[in-house]
Amino acid sequence: MMRYILPFVVFMVLAVFLFIGLGLNPHEVPSPLINKPAPAFTLPQLHDPSRQFSSQNMKGQVWLLNYWASWCAACKTEHPVFMALARQNIVPIYGVDYKDKRENGQAWLRDGGDPYVLSVSDMDGRTGIDYGVYGVPETYLIDKEGVIRYKQIGAVTQQILQEKILPLVAELQAK
Amino acid sequence: MKNLLILLFCLLPGFSYAGEAIDMADDPVLEKRMIGLAENLRCLVCQNESLASSRSELAEDLRREVREQMQKGLTDQEIIDYLVSRYGDFVLFDPPVKSYTLLLWYGPFALLLAGLAGLVFQLSKRNNKVSEARLSAEDEQRAAAMLNPPEDSPKD
Repeated sequence: MMRYILPFVVFMVLAVFLFIGLGLNPHEVPSPLINKPAPAFTLPQLHDPSRQFSSQNMKGQVWLLNYWASWCAACKTEHPVFMALARQNIVPIYGVDYKDKRENGQAWLRDGGDPYVLSVSDMDGRTGIDYGVYGVPETYLIDKEGVIRYKQIGAVTQQILQEKILPLVAELQAK
Repeated sequence: MKNLLILLFCLLPGFSYAGEAIDMADDPVLEKRMIGLAENLRCLVCQNESLASSRSELAEDLRREVREQMQKGLTDQEIIDYLVSRYGDFVLFDPPVKSYTLLLWYGPFALLLAGLAGLVFQLSKRNNKVSEARLSAEDEQRAAAMLNPPEDSPKD
């Protein structure tokens, strides 16, 4: 009997591992920046390039940093989620227009609505590299000390917002 | 009308777009060093392509970044450390030995050892089972007769 059971058990264990492997998304690369200080940046504002915005100004606040672009399809699905969140005034959202033409970025916000307190433009993607961005949209939750606490790769959905981001925001704001 | 159409079709190839030429450093030695380094780094957009061969925009940006860091005089290891600190070990095609990659690195050897141990165990068990059979004197004679047939036996 044993000679039949043992191979079957081995097979089942292997099958379970392979099945779990099938469900993993290889495009979600865990960020090594979680719980690390957010890389500092100073970038020109999207609407007024003569003015700069520095991430240092955000010390003492919990905020969301969202990388988006007018050429990014998934950003369109994410956009209404941020519009609704901006109306609730829970957490400020700052946008980085990533590798985009300034006028396209401005037009995108004009046509679809602007959920951001402020947007900056990262035209050559250097700040993106600092943040480990490899595809927009990507969203970072940064705490009062300027430490990255969460990274969302791909579009933020209502579900992710309610289940992951907002509870964490409340927790970090209470600190 | 027909001529106009023909003319229009003649113009069509003009629309084809070959993409921008990929920028190169002026210094061929540096470019070679950059490509050598980038061949061992993964492009995060097209994940099974190296940073050296990928044509994705992110790969081009990262090559520029590597080039600039080399110009600043950073060593290869420092540049790799920088990219790993941003994108994680995933950018390396050669995963480093760490607590959570032990199974990856040493798992095959553990399996090999387990297989060898199983084989030795099975063989020793089989060895114990085989008992030497004793022949009776009569059987021994018969066997000898069969093995050493008389010289004058007919041959076919």
